[in-house]
Amino acid sequence: MTDRDHAIVVEGLRKNYGTHRALDGLDLTVPRGTVRGVLGPNGAGKTTCIRALATLLRPDGGRAEVAGFDVLRQPNEVRYRIGLLGQHAAVDEELSGRQNLEMFGRLYHLGARRAGQRADELLEQFGLADTGRKAIKQYSGGMRRRLDLAAGLIMRPQVLFLDEPTTGLDPRGRREVWNAVRTLVGDGTTVLLTTQYLEEADQLADRISVIDHGRAIADGTADELKSAIGGDRIDVVLHRADELAAAASVVGMAARADGVETDADSLRVSAPVVDRVAALTETVRALAAAGIEARDIALRRPTLDEVFLHLTGARPQEPGAVDEGPPPGKAAGPKAGQGSQGTSGREATV
Amino acid sequence: MTMTSAVDLSAMARPTGRAARFGWALADAWTMTRRELAHWARQPVQLVVGLAFPVLMLVMFAYFIGGGMHVAGGGDYKEFLFPGMLALTMAFGLEATMVSLTADLNKGVVDRFRAMPMSRSAVLVGRCAADMIESLVSLLILLGAGLLMGWRWHGGFGAGVAAIGLLLLLRFAMLWMGIYLGMAAGKPELVQTVQILVWPIGFLSNAFTSTDTMPAWLGAIAEWNPMSATATAVRDLFNNPGWDSDAWASDHAGLLAVAWPLVLVAVFFPLAVRRYQRLSG
Repeated sequence: MTDRDHAIVVEGLRKNYGTHRALDGLDLTVPRGTVRGVLGPNGAGKTTCIRALATLLRPDGGRAEVAGFDVLRQPNEVRYRIGLLGQHAAVDEELSGRQNLEMFGRLYHLGARRAGQRADELLEQFGLADTGRKAIKQYSGGMRRRLDLAAGLIMRPQVLFLDEPTTGLDPRGRREVWNAVRTLVGDGTTVLLTTQYLEEADQLADRISVIDHGRAIADGTADELKSAIGGDRIDVVLHRADELAAAASVVGMAARADGVETDADSLRVSAPVVDRVAALTETVRALAAAGIEARDIALRRPTLDEVFLHLTGARPQEPGAVDEGPPPGKAAGPKAGQGSQGTSGREATV
Repeated sequence: MTMTSAVDLSAMARPTGRAARFGWALADAWTMTRRELAHWARQPVQLVVGLAFPVLMLVMFAYFIGGGMHVAGGGDYKEFLFPGMLALTMAFGLEATMVSLTADLNKGVVDRFRAMPMSRSAVLVGRCAADMIESLVSLLILLGAGLLMGWRWHGGFGAGVAAIGLLLLLRFAMLWMGIYLGMAAGKPELVQTVQILVWPIGFLSNAFTSTDTMPAWLGAIAEWNPMSATATAVRDLFNNPGWDSDAWASDHAGLLAVAWPLVLVAVFFPLAVRRYQRLSG
């Protein structure tokens, strides 16, 4: 039976659409009461995973349990324990916010009066009280998502699925949804959140699983993942292409970094840094000493592209190259070195 | 910002026993019916246009084309036409059901319904109930329009009620056919194709003219069209003029007007429910 400490257990989950493997042996374990971010590029299988866990589609193989119940064998028990915020607002666009919430309340058999009360409470709670009678069609993107979230919380679910809850929202809408999610997390609900935004996972999730091509390829806290892909980077842009090689070795020495990248088109040398200030001053000094003139020097955080490139691009073609030993600092992570297909050993430059 | 009033979902009351489960299923279906009624209240123009269309068709056929039509046995073409129009309106309900169901299933809200511990049949049964209510209203409006245009029924009250019952039965069959076809088509674009096909099937009947005027093989198909059976039976019940035909199908129109819809329901109801349960599986 299930480990009772886990709200979600996914083992070797498979789902094919024709020849496309949307889920290709996905493994995922989420402890009760935690927030898990599932990060991955478009088409990685995030939505398929959520839909399978929410009993909306039948997986072709593998096993998935939610709140201790098998999604295939006891889907209705699962439905008594989940809330869902889909990628597209799962509410009736023609009806008002209040009508929606009242309808869902009736479907939970709260009774007409209680369903109405609960609708008003939720509208209040999610800051929608004064627009509760407008049709959803007239809502902004952020308001729609908040109402969607409210609909998933008419009853308190044990597990809440949020599928890209802020995709397509402007920064303000994103912040609205984030705040709403944060208020929920306190009461012990387990949250599974898919996103394309590293920052979103960073803001909301206790741990992050990175999936690509339907399988989990990395797992860790936001800090672990960031340090695993190299943390901050220093960029040096040159004037002359023939100085690239020399600059690369200078920057590599100065920043004390392996994995210096050069890009001949943009005349850019880029390297991961540990100590930001030391790396910057040392690089400036060393470049001057070597007589290389830089057009621009900057420190920056890794971009989401680099995270994906690093994690997905560096995926070993040959099995067995995954765990080459944990990098420094990883031992602090709760699951470090535990065969979690972690980020360990992925530091090699692409 | 408190969550204190939220009841734990897993602690939600559940129906125990078959009767209670049935009661909950009915309640869920009624909630879904109310949802459709609320749509109408928010989109009254759509509703009015939908209800006015059959009246418009009736007026068109009675006054634009009807002048050139002659009922073989003598008698008023309007009186002949009217039961046919009623049957046609019921049959065309097929596309209305298809369109609204397909549109519905392509909305995110159905995902929420399917991820909730509610009755599996409620979405379809709710659609069914709402469409039947709409059809009844549409029938009553058509009857009113018919009376204004000079149509009369000459049968008794009971026969009139029976005629309306047969029409609603045809609508009920078309409804489940529409629900299944709507799900099978999946996308609203495909529904258009089916919508177009409904027209020749509607006209390949005795709604507008005697099947004797058609080429023999077409006439035979038209004779056996479920819509023709209902139209003929309704003409008999209203005691409106029809054609004397010695075809078996028109002699037994009353039987066929009951049997055809029941067969269609027996085929398409289980197909529709199965299809819904496997949706996007």
